[in-house]
Amino acid sequence: MILPTVISERYKYPLIDIENMDKPIDVIHERIRDGNARVVTADQMPAIVADLGEEGALAEVDVVTTGTFGAMCSSGAFFNFGHSDPPIRMERIWLNDVEAYGGIAAVDAYLGATEQSTTRGITYGGAHVLEDLVGGKSVDLRAISKGTDCYPRRTLTTEVSLETINEAVMCNPRNAYQRYNAAVNTGDRVIHTYMGTLLPNCGNVTYSGAGVLNPLSNDPELLAIGPGVPCLLGGAVGMVVGEGTQHSPSRGFSTLMLTGNLKEMSQEYLRAAIMHGYGTTLYLGVGVPIPVTNLAAVRSTAVRDEDITVDVVDYGIPSRGRPTLRTATYADLRSGVLTLKGEEVRTSSLSSFRRAHQVADRLRDLVLQGEVPLRAPARRLALTRGAKPLQETTHAPRVREIMDRKIVAVREDDEIKSAAAQLLKGEINHLPVLDPEGKLVGIVTTYDISKAVVNPAKGPLVRHIMKQRVITTTADEPVDIAVRKLERYNISALPVIDNDRHIIGMLTAMDLGKLFGGRWLK
Amino acid sequence: MKLLVTFSRREGRRPIIAQVVKDTGVLINVVRAVIDSHEGEALIDIPDDQCEIVRKRMADLGATVRILEHAIILDEEECVDCGACISICSQEVFSFDAAWKIVVNSVRCVLCGHCVTACPHGALTQSEET
Ligand code: SF4
Ligand code: SF4
Repeated sequence: MILPTVISERYKYPLIDIENMDKPIDVIHERIRDGNARVVTADQMPAIVADLGEEGALAEVDVVTTGTFGAMCSSGAFFNFGHSDPPIRMERIWLNDVEAYGGIAAVDAYLGATEQSTTRGITYGGAHVLEDLVGGKSVDLRAISKGTDCYPRRTLTTEVSLETINEAVMCNPRNAYQRYNAAVNTGDRVIHTYMGTLLPNCGNVTYSGAGVLNPLSNDPELLAIGPGVPCLLGGAVGMVVGEGTQHSPSRGFSTLMLTGNLKEMSQEYLRAAIMHGYGTTLYLGVGVPIPVTNLAAVRSTAVRDEDITVDVVDYGIPSRGRPTLRTATYADLRSGVLTLKGEEVRTSSLSSFRRAHQVADRLRDLVLQGEVPLRAPARRLALTRGAKPLQETTHAPRVREIMDRKIVAVREDDEIKSAAAQLLKGEINHLPVLDPEGKLVGIVTTYDISKAVVNPAKGPLVRHIMKQRVITTTADEPVDIAVRKLERYNISALPVIDNDRHIIGMLTAMDLGKLFGGRWLK
Repeated sequence: MKLLVTFSRREGRRPIIAQVVKDTGVLINVVRAVIDSHEGEALIDIPDDQCEIVRKRMADLGATVRILEHAIILDEEECVDCGACISICSQEVFSFDAAWKIVVNSVRCVLCGHCVTACPHGALTQSEET
């Protein structure tokens, strides 16, 4: 590329043209090519700006590299395994017994980092498969299919490695949180969360993110980071796709969707992890270079740990509206102790600051070697999204997952006798009562029927004795809320209805047994 | 030096540690002890040069004694220097050095095991006896 020399000249002599200080990325590329570029890691910027002033720093520094290394649950990779002979349209797919999503074409799949092994449970998951592959290991591929005319094969078992398959493309829906709230537990028992182990009675504080080195903390206005911009992902040069899921720039919680070639990644920057009592996750190194093209870039990369504040949130309260005990900066958190309720509490990072530095250092070296195609974003990332509260990653069970779909019901004009027979036959204690259109109009219990038998004065039909005020739930309602209804009204069953009051199931105390025995509540 | 002492309580309720202190004159620091109706396990700390005499006397009294060399072991290959272990350990075994690398001061470890499960990378294990 031929550049007007006058531009390069201008930057040899800073402050000539204050009106038009912008330093085009082409100029930065040229400096890199000529070996004259100054590339620094983000933690060095505050001192450089303090030393040279903003204009001086703009003239001096060409690129600032950032880095973070921590748990990024929302990660995974697309694979294309190639066709077998005879060919198979893989419908369900397992890699080392970890299920990958197979609902994309015949031999494509997506493996998520937090998917757990069907045989080894929490000790091995999608993240481990990714690390094993990156480490050069072979993994077992197992697939099943119905078989079709063009893809007759029904089962396949083989070994695959990154060398043998066509593509392995990491594509992560949500990485590199701008910052992340710190966690504490005011409860009276140890809890195991995706924020690590939290000791009772505010026994410790855990936090995540690299603060001063965090990519998005160095570009909160999203001027330099956006679609098409290169990044370092798992040690390989990848690319920013766009906003990550749950991107909430208005609250200072921007995220990125990233992609990169898994075949080029290294274990140094990609590690499987197990959050005890929670699940598997992937520790990833992510860095983004920020070209210092103008004063805005100088100012945003001069951010310090002291300038980045997060909430210290009580994970001991198991609701979305977790209370905040105080705020703290990354400098406070990194100091190792935080004062909470008048007591000194020790802090632990879940992400590695040391490795974050290594990411930023490696990115700096790659930029200097001309290996990183610096460019401006193809468009600016959304700046106004995300007024919603941050969603927690734990799964709140819904009524639909445990309700009894077998419905035994009576009509309001049925005789009480036949209702009694239904109760006996179904071995149940509650009978929803339906009108001629099948809509819920009441409920009768074993108790109501016994009363009617002893005292038949009210009348012979179900509608004479049914309770018309029925407490109901819906399929989408969180089980915890349904449970509170059961407790509040001191009842033991809830009809599950749809928008038209048609009954679609029953939730009884017995169904809750499934829940307590299941994976949600331990 | 740390010793893990296991003793059966079937032969009466002899205060074995007190007995050893009395017999040997060595001051024993009991770091951790779990004792139920028929068995006891105690982690004790004693000066290195008096290890042998304590060990012998304990064995004479019917206890099983194991010497614990490095209580907690860090696998450098697996460790990513996150620091999740730091605030979990009540004995302040873990800390960062100036370059944010984890440092293990295992002498202080009392083998509670909390850090082993808390480490996301499976980098910590409790040692066996030497
Ligand atoms: S928690 Fe594990 S990986 Fe993290 S610093 Fe401690 S030993 Fe290393
Ligand atoms: S076993 Fe307990 S005392 Fe020993 S290092 Fe781990 S947490 Fe600390």
